[in-house]
Amino acid sequence: MRGQRPSAEPIRLTRRRIYILPTGQGYAFATLLFLLFLWSINYSNSMGFAFTFLLAAVALNSMWQAHDNLLGLIVDSSGAEPVFAGQEARFAFRVENPDPRPRYGIALQWRDQPPRHTDLPASGAAVVTLTVLAERRGWLRTGRVRVLTRYPLGLLQAWSWVEFERACLVYPQPRGRRPLPAALSGGAGAGLGDQGFGSEDYAGFRLYAPGDSPRRIAWKAATRGGPLLVKQFTDQVRPELWLDWRLLGIDSVEPRLAQLCQWVLKAEGEGRRYGLLLPGARIAPGRGDAHRRRCLEALALFTYAEDVSHRHETAVEPEGPTKTRAAAG
Amino acid sequence: MRLPWSRRDRPRRAPPPVEPLTASALTWLLAALALAVAPQATELSVWLSVLFAALVGWRGFIVFRNRALPPRWLLLLVATLAGAGVMIDHRTLFGRDAGVALLTAMTACKLLESRGLRDGVVLVFLGYLLVMSNLLYSQDIPLVTYLLAVILVMLTAQVLIHRQHAGLTALAPLRLTGRMVLLAIPVMLILFVLFPRIPGPLWGLPKDAYKGRTGLSEQMAPGSVSELIRSDAVAFRVRFADAVPPSNQRYWRGPVLWHFDGRRWTRPEEPPVKTPIPFTPEGAAVDYAVVLEPSNRNWLFALDLPARLPPRAGMTPSFQLLRDQPVNEVYRYEMRSYPAYRTAEPTAMERSRGLQLPPRANPRARALVAEWRQRDPQPEALVRSALTLFREQPFYYTLNPPELGGEIVDDFLFRTRRGFCEHYASAFVFLMRAGGVPARVVLGYQGGEMNALGGYLMVRQSDAHAWAEVWLEGRGWVRVDPTGAVAPNRVQQGLYAALSDSRLLPFLARHGGDSEWLRQLALGWDILNNSWNEWVLAYGPERQKEFLSGLGFGPADWTGMTVAMLIALGGFGVLYAGWRWRSRLARDPVARAWQRFCARLARRGLARGAAEGPLDFAGRVAAGRPELAAGVWEIARLYAALRYGPVAPPEQVRQLRQLTRRFRA
Repeated sequence: MRGQRPSAEPIRLTRRRIYILPTGQGYAFATLLFLLFLWSINYSNSMGFAFTFLLAAVALNSMWQAHDNLLGLIVDSSGAEPVFAGQEARFAFRVENPDPRPRYGIALQWRDQPPRHTDLPASGAAVVTLTVLAERRGWLRTGRVRVLTRYPLGLLQAWSWVEFERACLVYPQPRGRRPLPAALSGGAGAGLGDQGFGSEDYAGFRLYAPGDSPRRIAWKAATRGGPLLVKQFTDQVRPELWLDWRLLGIDSVEPRLAQLCQWVLKAEGEGRRYGLLLPGARIAPGRGDAHRRRCLEALALFTYAEDVSHRHETAVEPEGPTKTRAAAG
Repeated sequence: MRLPWSRRDRPRRAPPPVEPLTASALTWLLAALALAVAPQATELSVWLSVLFAALVGWRGFIVFRNRALPPRWLLLLVATLAGAGVMIDHRTLFGRDAGVALLTAMTACKLLESRGLRDGVVLVFLGYLLVMSNLLYSQDIPLVTYLLAVILVMLTAQVLIHRQHAGLTALAPLRLTGRMVLLAIPVMLILFVLFPRIPGPLWGLPKDAYKGRTGLSEQMAPGSVSELIRSDAVAFRVRFADAVPPSNQRYWRGPVLWHFDGRRWTRPEEPPVKTPIPFTPEGAAVDYAVVLEPSNRNWLFALDLPARLPPRAGMTPSFQLLRDQPVNEVYRYEMRSYPAYRTAEPTAMERSRGLQLPPRANPRARALVAEWRQRDPQPEALVRSALTLFREQPFYYTLNPPELGGEIVDDFLFRTRRGFCEHYASAFVFLMRAGGVPARVVLGYQGGEMNALGGYLMVRQSDAHAWAEVWLEGRGWVRVDPTGAVAPNRVQQGLYAALSDSRLLPFLARHGGDSEWLRQLALGWDILNNSWNEWVLAYGPERQKEFLSGLGFGPADWTGMTVAMLIALGGFGVLYAGWRWRSRLARDPVARAWQRFCARLARRGLARGAAEGPLDFAGRVAAGRPELAAGVWEIARLYAALRYGPVAPPEQVRQLRQLTRRFRA
């Protein structure tokens, strides 16, 4: 069956994919019509019959209209920007109307969230964004998304399911109170993680990213209404940092990843060169957005081959299910 | 520091937000509701009409000025006061008038608390009820046309309520609803004609359900008929199978009044029987069909004397037709009458009823009859003497008779001598009974006007009439119209010819003069109304059976109708689907290009099978005509990719069109 598998390509809503059922309003309307019908019998009111039948026929016709409103639409997913666990992933869907007539009241709905509506001009397209809460790190997929319409009368809902392969990468939630680890090599005794100290050289601005130290935000620029900017410093003197999994030996997997994630952000925010050491993965020290993304991706997709003692350990963890799942995957 | 993603900061899942009503949706909704109530503005109490208009205006003001809705307590106050007002007006909250008033008041109040989509939908549903409530008062063509337009506006409002995010014109939904209504009309007609009708009512109707209908009452006092004369509303229309009987034979029999209390004549309880009362016809029958306007009375009218019974009706021993249910819809029935007849002996009870008089009343009239009897005691002679009295003494026929006091028969016969048909009928029957001749008063209509263009007879309320019947040995009950003695024109040419003061008559009962052309126009309009009545409004359970049986498929029953209805609906659905298919094809360039390609091959004897896929077809063509193989394969592959692939890129569509255009077989 097409449409049951996640699709890598745009999906065209064909006749076979479209379902239609009355809404609550539709049932209320049917009840109203039935009452009007009884009323017409009771008063032997000929025009009462005529109007009741007319409204019934219009409601029936709206079924075709709702069906037509979806038929032929082309839906595509353009994925979502990576987010941190706990944030909302914004999945963008492009809905295209190939017909030379406009379509109104098209909506996309994820699970039981309120549907997001849009109108499509003739031979036009629109982008609908669905926000999905990223509960845990890793790949986040929306699963089935409902494309629906209640247009024109709201009495019937026509809908179709679409599911895409595109996923959103969810980084671990940056959390933890530990300071940055001490530098392993060289340097002038600095690198104790105390932010704001040292004789860094101002090197310019970059866009704010979660995890940046608030002290480095260019508040003056922000008050002028621009985007949130962060002051960047170069520090040639400071040594390379190794953000090492083993430094957090006492914690279980997820808190460790959370702490590593926070370190990555912090180190990047301080403009330092840092490398990441994970069991089975080593990312050489570096700096900049691409490097940061590499590190975060490694953290997001990290799977840990646990031994028995670890599994025992995880059983008492509050986030146990998450981890068992991560381990199983 | 609390980070934006910390768990505590995540907003708790709120209930889904209220989808607000847009200004354009509300505007259309307000317009639709105002239009739905407008026809009743005069029927409703003044305060209610004003309240409704004010609340609609207020809601409109709130929309356009972007003000806040009134507080809840104010709304409750208004609603309570409105409910109390209805209660005071009607002394009840049930019944037709009170129900409609309450519906109107509550709709107005609901307007003030409507902010979301759901409220809008409730208002639309209330609006449909309001539209339908108009039909309780009238179902004539102008109102129905108007209500159809209101439904269109209401549907548009309903569409706009559901098109929350549109920045496009409001005309698009109007066009859409227009098309939907046009497409709904055939379905409505199928349902209207074929949906098996159930005879109503299913339960008791409110007492005031049909209040305010004009028509004959079941009693007669001085002035009661002349009151009715002032209305030119049509009481019923008649289509004769053959020749139309002359006016002086067109006595449309209604209630028969036996009992006289000195002032008013009343109808005793006469149980109807389910078979026609037998009598001896003396001459040919007259066949005709009557389309009766709603009267809220049980009686059906027929020419003297009716010889058959419409369904669900009975006949009293005095030849009055009574329907089981009051006539509250336009009702059509077929009748047969014999204008010349002889009835059987009266029963003992009929004789005693036919001689009943209040004791000692009207002594001068009694004395006059005693004098006549001494001259000639034969009943025929008494009838002649009475008619001679009316004809030769200075009696006048007038719509404006003076008040009668005391002994009304004496007062009329010896003092005022001016009266309308009820005065003459009443006095005549009194004289006959005083002379020992059984007599009774018959109420009904007399004459009627031919609508030459439409080929039917219109009988108006202004044709209401009262006459007498006396029982004569050997002839049975014989009709005597004492009014005819005073004003022979009344019987032969109608009321207009008989009255000198015709200005009192309603407009359509007057003839000639400057406004004759207007009257002719009105007659033309009446033809339309008659067809409307006969074919649409009178289309009830009986007419449905009759009509469907007449189509030649044998007698129509419940199951037959349901099957026919489903077949007709299915047929229409197939037609509609076919039409949609064709129009989609016309819009779809891929399908059109493919069709052109197939048509070219078909002309060379290579027709595509109905179930043959594009690639199978291409394979067959390539095998048969190897020189075409390359082109055919290219087109078929491209078509298959465009048709069954996920998306059709425009440049590929263009390519397919070019290929098929250049293709030569």
